[in-house]
Amino acid sequence: MNAYWLSRDRLDALLEALKRRGYRVIGPVMREGLPTLAPLERARDLPWGVEARAAPGRYEVREDAPKARAFDFVLTPQGWKRLLFPPERLLFRVRRTDLGYEVTTPDPEAEPPLALFGVRPCELRAIQIHDRVLSQGPFADEAYTARRRAAFIVVVQCTRSLETCFCASVGTGPEAREGFDLALTEVTDGFVVVSGSFKGADLLQEMDLPEATEAQQREAREAVARAARSQRRRLDPQGLRDLLYGNLESPLWQEIGERCIGCGNCTMVCPTCFCTTVEDGSDLSGREAWRIQRWDSCFSVEYAYIHGGSIRRSVASRYRQWLTHKLAGWQDQFGTLGCVGCGRCIVWCPVGIDLTEEVARFREQHAAVAAQEEQP
Amino acid sequence: MQPETLNHLAAGPGRTFRPLWARVLRVRRETHDTWTLTLDTGGPFAFAPGQFNMLYVPGVGEVPISISGDPTSPGPLVHTLRAVGAVTRALCSLKPGDLVGVRGPFGTPWPVDRAEGLDVVIVAGGIGLAPLRPALYYLLRRREWYGKIVLLYGARSPRDLLYRRELERWRGRFDLVVEVTVDHADPSWRGHVGVVTRLIPEVSFDPWNTLALVCGPEIMMRFTAQALLDRKVPPENLYLSLERNMQCGVGLCGHCQLGPFFVCKDGPVFAYPRVAPFLGKREV
Ligand SMILES: Cc1cc2nc3c(=O)[nH]c(=O)nc-3n(C[C@H](O)[C@H](O)[C@H](O)COP(=O)(O)OP(=O)(O)OC[C@H]3O[C@@H](n4cnc5c(N)ncnc54)[C@H](O)[C@@H]3O)c2cc1C
Ligand code: SF4
Ligand code: SF4
Ligand code: FES
Repeated sequence: MNAYWLSRDRLDALLEALKRRGYRVIGPVMREGLPTLAPLERARDLPWGVEARAAPGRYEVREDAPKARAFDFVLTPQGWKRLLFPPERLLFRVRRTDLGYEVTTPDPEAEPPLALFGVRPCELRAIQIHDRVLSQGPFADEAYTARRRAAFIVVVQCTRSLETCFCASVGTGPEAREGFDLALTEVTDGFVVVSGSFKGADLLQEMDLPEATEAQQREAREAVARAARSQRRRLDPQGLRDLLYGNLESPLWQEIGERCIGCGNCTMVCPTCFCTTVEDGSDLSGREAWRIQRWDSCFSVEYAYIHGGSIRRSVASRYRQWLTHKLAGWQDQFGTLGCVGCGRCIVWCPVGIDLTEEVARFREQHAAVAAQEEQP
Repeated sequence: MQPETLNHLAAGPGRTFRPLWARVLRVRRETHDTWTLTLDTGGPFAFAPGQFNMLYVPGVGEVPISISGDPTSPGPLVHTLRAVGAVTRALCSLKPGDLVGVRGPFGTPWPVDRAEGLDVVIVAGGIGLAPLRPALYYLLRRREWYGKIVLLYGARSPRDLLYRRELERWRGRFDLVVEVTVDHADPSWRGHVGVVTRLIPEVSFDPWNTLALVCGPEIMMRFTAQALLDRKVPPENLYLSLERNMQCGVGLCGHCQLGPFFVCKDGPVFAYPRVAPFLGKREV
């Protein structure tokens, strides 16, 4: 794979090349003091000199770092999920006519294709997981599939991690190796760029960039490796599935259930959570009706409602559903963990529940029980 | 945007979530709260016993409902529904000529092809008889291929019994054992009183060579499974049809999950050993 050199002043040329190909470019820009994913017009709108600090239940931004770097914020509070898989969308509209019902469905192919600029490696993995869930089962979400197929993905490898990141331990980052169109690594003075698809290679060729020097490539490699080494949080995937299925009745769930307030923030910010519900509407005349699909959360009481009441009434049972699905069920269903180690659920939990710590406690408890059983 | 009229097969964007339209041919009142709808989908509706459709009333909602008709004679689509809430009530108050949205058939079928040479014990509780009726039709159509066929059916009270005339007809057959019980009898009732699980020790079949199909409220299914296992029906020959909240029916919305399963696409019919680790646990 050839590596090219994109100096900072050529970033605009890259954005222009994407726009010329008809893409609507979305990237990180500052909105109300927070790095936010929004239409990206010019390279100078990127969050230059912005650094984020994250901890359980906390996210802070400092804007006084040297202005030479654009991606040190690491992660925006809200990820890319809402772009390919919107929080709310019209499924279809039904009109009563003399013949019967007439259905109209929005056509995602009519939307301009998206270029996602600045996707982090863990976020790319989350998109690839959504591909399996939403596009590769026996039935596909056609709107997602069409949007995804048309999208151009520019990854920015991580040269810095937040305190809440644990991608290295689950093998999703801080470097993406495949699945992108272009991947940038931010180093002193600019970016090392590689392509990962024909679309990406074609665009690089058009830009006619110089090759990156050996020194520039080494700096990029080392910066990524440093980010990996800096991560303190870990989630060990080894044996996780059996650990959780084997402890469905552990008293620890009850204990977590006493801290968790069931707000569902973790599911909203999680880049892999995909649950939805449907809302029906109609106009007053009854001639027109519609169905709207919205993100849903396994923390809502109605989520598991069947006639007579909810199957999961206690908060503890809903947290158990969330965590066991994410870390165990997902492996059976989609052959992958449902967690990419972005740490967002830790940051946006109002009571600071940290799944890596909870899993560690299940391991300890499990080990303690096993040790006890071995004693004669 | 593409307009679409009755039974014009859906293609293009949004197919997964977009219903086809069926016209109501007949509405038959089964009990005080249950109706059977016969629907014309514009041609034979092929399905396997135990599968379900998502039925949609514009502006009201869409719910999973089992197909209760005969899978062996291609004809109109039949559903039996208990009116318990907004959507089922709207469906039950449809009139001949009305349109209803249909997506399906979805889900795993009863393993009727495994029944050859075996006794078959069917245990139904309440509306659970609806998804089992297609299995019974199927078995009766090939009656000579199986050993004993036993239907055990429990309802809350005599006025809740579904398919009464058909039950009488089945009861009159020599090649079929039908036992019906009610939780609460009324003065006219001459049959069994008590939960359906109590019938299991009393009927005769060859447990080692039996295939059991069970559908009803989850608690009834748990006790029924236990009673069948106590009689030494092999666990892998025992099948349950589970019920969960379903918003999509096709493995996309997440609502129907039970442990590693999506009940809508990995089920609703499951072999007992697959779901046993999850069924007994509270709030899973
Ligand atoms: C695979 C399957 C097959 C079924 N087959 C039949 C059948 O043949 N006949 C029949 O009468 N009933 C059947 N049911 C149950 C039927 O789906 C519910 O009674 C119905 O969804 C209730 O909706 P409602 O709006 O009338 O009631 P409400 O109680 O007002 O429900 C509100 C909403 O909750 C959800 N919901 C409530 N109960 C259920 C439930 N049990 N399952 C799934 N979602 C639910 C639905 O989205 C519903 O719109 C089946 C359920 C499943 C899962
Ligand atoms: S579970 Fe938490 S850390 Fe894992 S992908 Fe979801 S939000 Fe990120
Ligand atoms: S774990 Fe935290 S974010 Fe998730 S529902 Fe509970 S309180 Fe809310
Ligand atoms: S009903 Fe939506 S995933 Fe099963």
